Amino acid sequence: MAETKTAAYICKGCEIGTRLDAAALVKTATKSGKMNLVREHDFLCSAEGVAMIRNDIENEGVTHAALCACSRRAKTEAFNFPTIAMSRGNLREGVIWIRPDTEEARETTQEMAEDYVRMACAEVKAMTVPPGNQKTGSVKTLLVVGGGMSGMTSALESSKAGYKVVLVEKSGALGGWAAKLHKRVPTREPFKAPEDNGVADMAARIEADSNIKVYLNATIAKTDGAPGRFKVEIAIESGAIAQEDIGAIIQATGFTLYDANKLPEFAYGKTPNVVDQAGLEALAREAAAAGKPICRPSDGQPVKSVVFVQCAGQRDTTGKHLQYCSGFCCNTSIKQATYFKDSNPDIDTVVLFTDLRTPGNGEDFYRSAQNRGVVFSKGVVSQVVPNGNTCTVKFKDLILNEDTEAQADLVVLATGMVPVSGVNIDAPVAAPVEAEAAVEGEAPKDIVATIAPESILNLTYRQGPDMPQFKHGFTDSHFICFPYETRRTGIYTAGPVRRPMDIMQAQEDATGAAMKAIQAMENAGLGKAAHPRAGDLSFPTVRLEGCTQCKRCTVECPFGAIDEDEKRFPLFNESRCRRCGTCMGACPVRVISFENYSVNTVGAQIKAVDVPDEFSEKPRILILACENDAYPALDMAGMNRHDYDPYVRVIPVRCLGSVNTIWITDALNGGYDGVMLMGCKHGEDYQCHFVKGSELGRYRLSKVGDTLKGMNLETDRVKDIEVAITDMATLPQKINEYAALIKSFPPSPFKGF
Amino acid sequence: MARKEYAFYPGCSSQKGASASNYLVSVESMCKTLDIKMTEIPDWNCCGASISYAESGELPRIAMNARNFALAETNLPGQDIVATCAACWLGSRESKERLEHNSGLMADTQTALKEAGLQIKVIPEVRHMVEVLIEDLGYDELKKPVKKPLDGMKFAGYVGCQTNRPFGIAGESFENPMYLDKLIETVGGEAVKYDQKVTCCGGALAFSEPEKAQGQIKDIIEAAYDGGAEMIVTPCPLCQANVEVYQGQINKRYGTKFDIPVLYYSQLMTLAYGGSAKEAGLKGNVVRARKLEEFAAK
Amino acid sequence: MSDMNTQMADRYKNNFLKEIEEQAEMGEWVKMCMQCGLCSGSCPTNFHTGWDHPPQEIFMLIRAGKREEVLNAQGMYMCTSCYNCYVRCPRKVPVTHVMHGIAEYAYRIGRAPKNQPSMHLSKTFWTNATKNGRVNEVQLTQSLYFKDGIGAGIKKAMEMQSVALGLVKAGRLNLLEAVGIAHKCKDVKGIHAMLAKAEELEAKNKAAKAGTTGKE
Ligand code: SF4
Ligand code: SF4
Ligand code: SF4
Ligand code: SF4
Ligand code: SF4
Repeated sequence: MAETKTAAYICKGCEIGTRLDAAALVKTATKSGKMNLVREHDFLCSAEGVAMIRNDIENEGVTHAALCACSRRAKTEAFNFPTIAMSRGNLREGVIWIRPDTEEARETTQEMAEDYVRMACAEVKAMTVPPGNQKTGSVKTLLVVGGGMSGMTSALESSKAGYKVVLVEKSGALGGWAAKLHKRVPTREPFKAPEDNGVADMAARIEADSNIKVYLNATIAKTDGAPGRFKVEIAIESGAIAQEDIGAIIQATGFTLYDANKLPEFAYGKTPNVVDQAGLEALAREAAAAGKPICRPSDGQPVKSVVFVQCAGQRDTTGKHLQYCSGFCCNTSIKQATYFKDSNPDIDTVVLFTDLRTPGNGEDFYRSAQNRGVVFSKGVVSQVVPNGNTCTVKFKDLILNEDTEAQADLVVLATGMVPVSGVNIDAPVAAPVEAEAAVEGEAPKDIVATIAPESILNLTYRQGPDMPQFKHGFTDSHFICFPYETRRTGIYTAGPVRRPMDIMQAQEDATGAAMKAIQAMENAGLGKAAHPRAGDLSFPTVRLEGCTQCKRCTVECPFGAIDEDEKRFPLFNESRCRRCGTCMGACPVRVISFENYSVNTVGAQIKAVDVPDEFSEKPRILILACENDAYPALDMAGMNRHDYDPYVRVIPVRCLGSVNTIWITDALNGGYDGVMLMGCKHGEDYQCHFVKGSELGRYRLSKVGDTLKGMNLETDRVKDIEVAITDMATLPQKINEYAALIKSFPPSPFKGF
Repeated sequence: MARKEYAFYPGCSSQKGASASNYLVSVESMCKTLDIKMTEIPDWNCCGASISYAESGELPRIAMNARNFALAETNLPGQDIVATCAACWLGSRESKERLEHNSGLMADTQTALKEAGLQIKVIPEVRHMVEVLIEDLGYDELKKPVKKPLDGMKFAGYVGCQTNRPFGIAGESFENPMYLDKLIETVGGEAVKYDQKVTCCGGALAFSEPEKAQGQIKDIIEAAYDGGAEMIVTPCPLCQANVEVYQGQINKRYGTKFDIPVLYYSQLMTLAYGGSAKEAGLKGNVVRARKLEEFAAK
Repeated sequence: MSDMNTQMADRYKNNFLKEIEEQAEMGEWVKMCMQCGLCSGSCPTNFHTGWDHPPQEIFMLIRAGKREEVLNAQGMYMCTSCYNCYVRCPRKVPVTHVMHGIAEYAYRIGRAPKNQPSMHLSKTFWTNATKNGRVNEVQLTQSLYFKDGIGAGIKKAMEMQSVALGLVKAGRLNLLEAVGIAHKCKDVKGIHAMLAKAEELEAKNKAAKAGTTGKE
């Protein structure tokens, strides 16, 4: 690489030039910034300004540039110089827009700007240009695990987009749950009549598709590697193992019905006239095949009355059953009720519900069932008592507030979804398979598979063989802005394994997952990061000679990117990495870094700030702000001209998880009066763009109190707040309150050391 | 020729000498000023009102309204029917809609009408007086003739039920319709804010279930007082009567001291247009609107 | 009249919902209610005693086949026709009209409580209105007050005296009406003929509907 030549550019546009003393800023960049070349420009992002920089790069040999103008989030297209290292000093959103344009404020505003110039110069000098890694894998074949509606949809959609697909299905046929249905909930206007389940058509299309290779009766024995270079071993029926090179993976392993045997009060297993929804589908298919009406299993007589029990073992508050709503079962019961009404309107068909939830166009379907004469009653069923060939359904009528009962030939329980998501890698110990308490009844019907405790993907990842689970065993990511994302780069889950959903939603989900998987595969081939730092070419490197093998990085990486090599050193898998920097924040000996983001790039900025002595009454407060939400919120506060304290200095970080505590101790030792950290919400409804990053970062920060005590400082000098991108109006207030608190303390005793 | 002509359907309560006759008087004065010609539908009959549901079935009730349509159409062709009473308006409009959407009902109705020697060809539009004012003339036109704005007077615009629901005035919300407030402001008054603008006055139940209805009326009046109103204004004869005439009984029952005049919008407009107390039918108010009487005399 | 009640109960056996759907005006809407309760929460009379079942409950009772409970209910007679429920129902059930329809049906089969004040009013109003084609407010008032007999009527009339006096003074109650002079239509005969025909047709339609469901 050519010799380093540094340059700083001071923009005077957007009123920066009138609000600030630009000449003084030039001096700062030259003297304290020690830049080789310093220029000012009236309008840096103009074609002329950009040409000036480009000329410096091409003809003056500039390799490092500090652009002191607007926020790093602004004018990114104009200031696009991928061949050089570049930093941005935020004089607009970060200084003039958050300070009043008054004579009294002038001095502190100028000081603020000078600090940001120094910081930008210091930062860029600590950076190098990320070269990008070309050796990551370039396989462009997708693996779809699971051949139900979701899996088939993903396969077909990917093929349509021109990609090869390997589809692995555990059973002997495609179709999954849908294949068991007599009919499915309507998908088309006017949403009144149940439709053909659609499986045969899709299966035929898959068979005819030369892009799609199907393995039936097969499971995944091993998944090794990373996006773009997965090596997958498939255990096939014969007992042999097939090898496939895979670029990205979609897991669409679906669900099983919650086991109705766990609901003895509803007489499941005690009489064949109580069935779950799968049982009713089986009866309906049987009846259709025989050209007969649906009959009572106990004596084969046509059903004259049927009661549907919604939320059986679902939305449970006692802690015994599923706590959630499966979302699909109300529509399914409505559909099943129409099986009866459409064959004979005189069949008494009652649906007992507490809340009827009909997503999509289910409301129209619901109304159509009401029109058919299906009676919907708000009631909670307490017990089903078999008596001969009928059952008594005892329930509390919630509208009339009384206990009452209904007679039925057949009772259908809406039991809901349990995801088939493999091993829970976060469970402290593998939960033992619960012995069923099905003593009184018959063995469960084979349609109710118990959840396989075996792994589905058999990943060789250090962090475990399956996808991390979120709530209730579903693999949802709760990535609020990016619903398809997961915590395993290049592996996406789709359909009911991700969260409860119906077929329509599952197909949409599967299409989205296919799109994301393709994207991940393509990015991996280019050495680029996936969401949220999509396109980032930087990558963590580790100075192994300094590594103490503490394993913090391998354990903490929210994406399971880091394995261990034979010598037990961390082994980074580049295309699994999201570039969050959590590993860098975790490393106690600070040997992990990115070319353009490291302990040094931030540390140098902290040191570059001019900390006035204790008599100046000008405290210094460091703010480390997450670049995903907090920093944009601060920029927006600026755009809305919400003023905040002139003594804060803001440094964006990739994630709270990337904050290494050395920055905090360095700042405090350097005479800063306080440190404020801004990161996304963590916990169950987290907003962290790296899922676990802010949580891990906060955990680390919780230890800082001891350090402060050791330094004899007030523990409140370090403050961590949750910031969402929508907080632009309240954020300045929070900053000011914190600044007021800091001013109430005596100045840091470490000033001037 | 007047600038607008309508087939007028006064309804039972607005006839001369009936409970809402002061409404009629003021509407006549107001229309004169606004150059609106209202021709009474010859030999019109009762709309049946919403209370008659029990004794009459659907068809007899609709037949009654259909008779009015036929009479209007035959005698005043091309003119919209305009009702001043909310219940008449609702009953007629409801009948019109059902007839237009149900050919069986229409056929039966025609058969019944034939007995009275009548027939429906086209059902005229059925409109409320307020619609005519707002939609056909507009607030600006209504403001023009104002000679004596009701400056400094505070009114609670009480819309009630049936001018508001189920049809209502186009573009207005059911929960907080603004047209009455705007009418008040058009004639220079102040429309106070209070929270019982669309509360039910008890309707016909004021007769059959007086305690219940009077409880509701009390809430309305109380809220109007709390909002700072000196008078209540309404577009509905039943609202007007219920809120006005039971004040004495409510005072007895609840120990309140209600004495708040309840007026029609048409009375305010007549006065603002310079009309006399007589032209505004002020004498017809059971709770005397003294402030307005003085105003009219000025 | 109670004959009619048993007749209907027989005809529809255990299917009260169907009975209401076919016999009560707008009864076909009962099945479309989704039990959200907005109507009940909006009903002004809900806040008074005597309103045993608000609309949502009436509909639920019908669907649960509780014939007696519905026909004994007071709720539908309490309706003031305020149309609050009607405009708020998310299912666009014309609640007001359904309530009226049920009340009318109960009355028609002789199940409306004797002396139910609102039913009495309803009946009186209609009779009064159709007699001359227009309402005679004095006679209407009189017959309302005297429904419980002369003594009670006088007492009520005394109680209401101040109200009536106020109206008379204000020129809004024409005592001539008491003797039947004043408001009436010219073609009363035509009106009566028309109504007779309408009633006849209506009865025929309803019977036809009931006839088709005689089977079960
Ligand atoms: S979809 Fe319906 S039945 Fe299923 S859990 Fe939700 S509310 Fe209950
Ligand atoms: S940067 Fe983040 S995703 Fe990448 S290895 Fe480190 S912790 Fe894992
Ligand atoms: S955190 Fe640092 S010291 Fe620990 S294993 Fe990772 S690289 Fe090594
Ligand atoms: S508002 Fe409508 S849907 Fe809701 S309970 Fe009442 S009638 Fe039923
Ligand atoms: S219209 Fe009748 S049922 Fe409906 S809210 Fe008003 S009083 Fe209640």
